[in-house]
Amino acid sequence: MQQFIFGKLTLAALPHEWYTIGATIFMTLGLIGAVVFLTYFKRWKWFWEWCTSTDPKKIGIMYIIVASLMLFRGAVDAALIWAQQAFFSTANTGLSPDHFQQIFTAHGTIMIFFVTMGFMFGLMNYIIPLQIGARDVAFPFLNTLSLWLYIAGVVFINLFFVIGGDFAATGWLAYPPLSELQYSPGVGVDYWIWSLQISGLGSLLGGINLLVTILKMRAPGMTLMKMPLFTWTSLCSMVLIISAFPLLAATLLLLFLDRYLGMHFFTSNLGGNPMMYVNLIWTWGHPEVYILMLPSFGIFSEVVAAFSQKRLFGYRSMVLATIAITMLSLLVWLHHFFTMGAGADVNAFFGIMTMIIAIPTGIKVFSWIFTMYGGRIIFASPMYWFLGFISTFTFGGMAGVLMAIPPADFQLHNSLFLVGHFHTMVIGGALFGVFAGITYWFPKVTGFKLNERLGKSAFWCWIIGFFVSFVPLYILGFMGATRRLDHYDAATGWQPLFITSAIGLCLIAGGVALQILQIIVSIKQRKQKADANGDLSRLGRAEADPWNGRTLEWATSSPPPFYNFAIIPKVQSRDDFWETKLRRSKNQGIRESEYEDIVMPKNTAMGIYLSAFIFLVGFAFVWHIHWLAIAGLIGSIAVVLIRAFDEETEYTIPAAEVAKMEAKK
Amino acid sequence: MNHSEVSDKTTLGFWVYLMTDLLTFGVLFATYAVLKGNIASGPSAQELFSLPFVLTETLILLTSSFTAGMAMLAVHHLKKNQVFAWLSITFLLGISFLAMEVWEFNNLIAEGHSWRTSAFLSSFFTLVGTHGLHIAVGLLWMIVSVVMVWSRGLTPFVSSKLARLGLFWHFLDIVWIFIFTFVYLYAHV
Repeated sequence: MQQFIFGKLTLAALPHEWYTIGATIFMTLGLIGAVVFLTYFKRWKWFWEWCTSTDPKKIGIMYIIVASLMLFRGAVDAALIWAQQAFFSTANTGLSPDHFQQIFTAHGTIMIFFVTMGFMFGLMNYIIPLQIGARDVAFPFLNTLSLWLYIAGVVFINLFFVIGGDFAATGWLAYPPLSELQYSPGVGVDYWIWSLQISGLGSLLGGINLLVTILKMRAPGMTLMKMPLFTWTSLCSMVLIISAFPLLAATLLLLFLDRYLGMHFFTSNLGGNPMMYVNLIWTWGHPEVYILMLPSFGIFSEVVAAFSQKRLFGYRSMVLATIAITMLSLLVWLHHFFTMGAGADVNAFFGIMTMIIAIPTGIKVFSWIFTMYGGRIIFASPMYWFLGFISTFTFGGMAGVLMAIPPADFQLHNSLFLVGHFHTMVIGGALFGVFAGITYWFPKVTGFKLNERLGKSAFWCWIIGFFVSFVPLYILGFMGATRRLDHYDAATGWQPLFITSAIGLCLIAGGVALQILQIIVSIKQRKQKADANGDLSRLGRAEADPWNGRTLEWATSSPPPFYNFAIIPKVQSRDDFWETKLRRSKNQGIRESEYEDIVMPKNTAMGIYLSAFIFLVGFAFVWHIHWLAIAGLIGSIAVVLIRAFDEETEYTIPAAEVAKMEAKK
Repeated sequence: MNHSEVSDKTTLGFWVYLMTDLLTFGVLFATYAVLKGNIASGPSAQELFSLPFVLTETLILLTSSFTAGMAMLAVHHLKKNQVFAWLSITFLLGISFLAMEVWEFNNLIAEGHSWRTSAFLSSFFTLVGTHGLHIAVGLLWMIVSVVMVWSRGLTPFVSSKLARLGLFWHFLDIVWIFIFTFVYLYAHV
């Protein structure tokens, strides 16, 4: 009877290790703090309005907030890894091997799925509709569903601290046979599977959503070749999402079926083939890193053009290069396992394809640099992040091209050299792009800039800290250090390099602290400035366009009204906003149109409810609670049907009211 | 945004979803192709699959695609009663297909050839079973559609949903053609 109600769930699943108890207490305190805050300030209605919002601007902000929280957790995991390798690796104390393996698994999973994807979806949700002159994305309900599926995944991956105590100890891609039931009998791998399956569904729906948005909702006159580069690279990233995420979903399904129903896809007996998993997971995995990288490239294209005060060099080549990278990224996956034994011919093909992909990437790098040449450069902090990216990414990219050569890779595969390479790409590429984007677009979202001095200091801490951290890893890799080990023999003499790396982490932590301080100080300074001006709500039209921007998002107020544009703009050229400003300054009048009724989607809680039921299904599958899985499934179907029958999902703002709101700005 | 623009977006979005579903099936097909020879100590495809049985299933499903097409024509011509009739026939054909498939699975398991026996059988049950699950979803969608047409009539809102059901059903038929070919026919090659 107990097994029927609770499946495999017992009291032993409750926290009893120092880290599960600690994390549970920490999260509970945080939750209590949030509840107290909302109750004391009477903000529950406001909070619910945010949660049920279909406004991509609000959804974008929520993505970024959750991603920041997960960045904190991923960074703590990183700190534990560093500490173990720097100070405990030659001693007999420190983290247990099993715990260490869970930590680096969690670190990778969180950073890729929940931090970078979260930041990217956040920025894309906020900025893309504004850049294409639209009011919303194509499917507002799917948008809120995607956000809440992502949040359900976040809850899931933190849930094991509270119930279960075990995470996957397999590395972030959970290769079988280690991830099969025989060698991972606990619930850790199941938590891993379902947090990715649930948030992966959210990502896939988000990919479909933004793809249709960009293809179908551009303002009149904005042909594809007039779109800003951030929109172009996001479009290509969405193409990769819809191509790759189904592969992840199917592969996770197969691993789940092995574990749940005793199937033999990847087991080491009865015909299973673990090498099939490695192929399948990397046909997703390689496009995934480009999914993370392409929007960042787009952000840098915007930043370089804006802060060189010059249009982007070689727009057409940039677009073609991005498309080339998109297509090529589907043809290189085997470079992640040259050593698995496919043979010289196969390895040669994938090695060559991998090297070829460096060419369009190089075209982009040179185009950015040529954009700067002849421009009147403003060295604001987004430009710092860009320059940091150029140097770091090129450095890491060259390491990648080295490893693209199979014989070289046989020496470097799964060494710390590889670890250095991919961290260079994600930190130098994706993360610096996120920082540049957040700094660049912060005044659009809030109406005031971030403190520049603190931003630049944070940058220096990050970039110096980054090199101090990761150059030792490259060196260690060359010397033969294998990755994912909690223990390195003292006789190697490597400890000084690990300690150096840990010092780099401290510098990076300083950078993060400065960034948090930057936000606090910027808010304080804005209050002071507003008090001096006497009125917080009218900070002048200049704030709408503080960087003298080139693209359409700067044509709105800061923050934009919830409907983005009172009148959908008619686009005539690339960098249309820049051209409009030129026309205005030359007193070439712009014909003002009449206001029309605006139709907007209503708020809805259905995304939250559907995600909650799907969450229950995942939980039931982890703990083998069959009745709960069925109940969750029925609940999910019910929510879908209720939504399907709902014909009143939109509301209209009459033109007169639009005129009133616009006049108040 | 007027109705045809909305319907444009939704149709494109649904097509994109169908392509992602096709990719998911692609993984299942690729896995089947790689693992179909790994029969461990169990039976092989040639020993298990009866072509006449599968031919019957195929004819049923293909006919149901035809009747679904007739239903869509009726929607286009706003003939509510014909829509009910053709959708009901499609449903009956679909559920017959599903019943035959369940019977086939049951038989295999009763003879001791379950998805736990070998990698080949795991891939077979998963590929064909996933298709069967999609059919079940389509059948549920048909019931809901009949309810919707009955209660709201053939409004643009309802008609665009029916159009997507039609796409979904034809898509499943195409996937079945691939299953019929690469799983059942190839077993006897």
